[in-house]
Amino acid sequence: MNNAELIPNLFRSEYSKLVAVICYKFGFDFVEQAEDIVSDTFLKASETWGIKGIPDNPTGWLYTVAKNNATDYFRRRNIYDSKILPDLKEETNQFEIDISKENILDSQLKMIFVVCDPINHIESQIVLALRILCGFGITEISNSLLISTANTNKKLYRAKQNLKNMNVVDFELTPDLINGRLDSVLRVLYLLFNEGYYSSNENYDIRKDICFEAMRLLYILINNKSTNTHKTNSLMALFCFHVSRFDARISKEGEFILYEDQDKTKWDLELINKGIHFLMKAGTNNTSDYSYEARIAYWHCQKDVDENRKWSSILQLYNSLLRHKYTPIAALNRTYALSKVKGNSIALAEAKKLNLEDNFFYNCLLIELAETETEKRKHFSKAIKLTKNKASKNILTKKYSRFIN
Amino acid sequence: MKQFMMIFRNEGIQEHKPSPEELQAMMTQWNDWLGGIAAQDKLVGSEALGATGKLLKNKEVISDGPYAEVKEYISGYAIIKADSFDEAVEVSKGCPIFANGGTLEVRDVMVFDQ
Repeated sequence: MNNAELIPNLFRSEYSKLVAVICYKFGFDFVEQAEDIVSDTFLKASETWGIKGIPDNPTGWLYTVAKNNATDYFRRRNIYDSKILPDLKEETNQFEIDISKENILDSQLKMIFVVCDPINHIESQIVLALRILCGFGITEISNSLLISTANTNKKLYRAKQNLKNMNVVDFELTPDLINGRLDSVLRVLYLLFNEGYYSSNENYDIRKDICFEAMRLLYILINNKSTNTHKTNSLMALFCFHVSRFDARISKEGEFILYEDQDKTKWDLELINKGIHFLMKAGTNNTSDYSYEARIAYWHCQKDVDENRKWSSILQLYNSLLRHKYTPIAALNRTYALSKVKGNSIALAEAKKLNLEDNFFYNCLLIELAETETEKRKHFSKAIKLTKNKASKNILTKKYSRFIN
Repeated sequence: MKQFMMIFRNEGIQEHKPSPEELQAMMTQWNDWLGGIAAQDKLVGSEALGATGKLLKNKEVISDGPYAEVKEYISGYAIIKADSFDEAVEVSKGCPIFANGGTLEVRDVMVFDQ
């Protein structure tokens, strides 16, 4: 590990785990205290390691110090405030935090389910996930989601308050709870991933980080028998296929690269194979929207295949996806696939029925499909007007000038 | 927006036995057509019905499917959203059922005031 990056890397990988084990022990009511304790531990690390040098096992050091900090904190608290956890007074070792690998994994899994409680609005769940599950700072969250820091703080505060009211101290991951909530959990991870993959954020590193974090959290669900379902595997397949093209799709400057212009040698073949593995595990009879999306993403990762076969398959998958669940973006992508299979004029006729004239992507699609120059020009200027994202605007303007010349 | 039900009727006995490729193509046409309606966010739902059925009268089964004796049978239905009957009829024109000589009936779904 590069020493210059040591603390940021450890922070990323260990912060959320430490918060999770402490909460697991003392309850979600203490999530703020847990965050304080862990932040304090990192502060102590930066001082101590700066003075004395880096220990042989930095991670172990963090766990020991966090554990001691937490033990001290709760013991003190118990003396001053005997109303809280009164029956723990007798046995001091009850304050001990279990930092075995197994307990860390259990705590993280439980924490994922607490954070994805549908009592909170989905946006707040994402903010909470970034903070508590991924260890992002307030500024980082604001930058990632393009919202103000004040707004981030407000969302976090309310979301935590809501969870406290739920009395999650007794929160247990029962099979019923897992069955009832797994869908919401997967939804949050899906949206979290999309935040990185599709966001208009121009920062390449933040975006990649978010995608990897979503993948890491989903991996915890894959590794647990009770949460390793067809849907979980479908979603993982989707993540693998998408991430395999990440570097081909976005330049280091944060600009989107159009599919036809992408350098296919940058595709990560190992991830594509992993995606296929998860897709197999999910089974092809599974009709969740993740499964359709994963199978579409699979086709997008195929080089040297018959174009006609590829686009026909993609069109059928979009048809099925839309019949299962409508989204504007799926409707537009379906129309693009339709143009590849049946030609532009049929696709154009269907596009006009979509009722999405004010959608940015609709206008991008119509630039491709429109039959006259005047029409194309109209959609160019409308699309440019509709996007606030500098990267997309750049691509369009470039394309527009190419078109005019 | 109102809801309309499309009822699909097929001939009871088909002279022509389609090949697997034709069957695949038929399925694709249905998926294209319904996918196109869904892409407009106008598909409420659709179901295909099996070929067997039982007809009851006075709590008694008076006939069993398959319907060797009937000329046509209902093969499925879809419910769509449309602004008017005309629009629903227009959407219906793309249905692949006509290729096999089937018929399509459009009915408006009754809405009761609260």
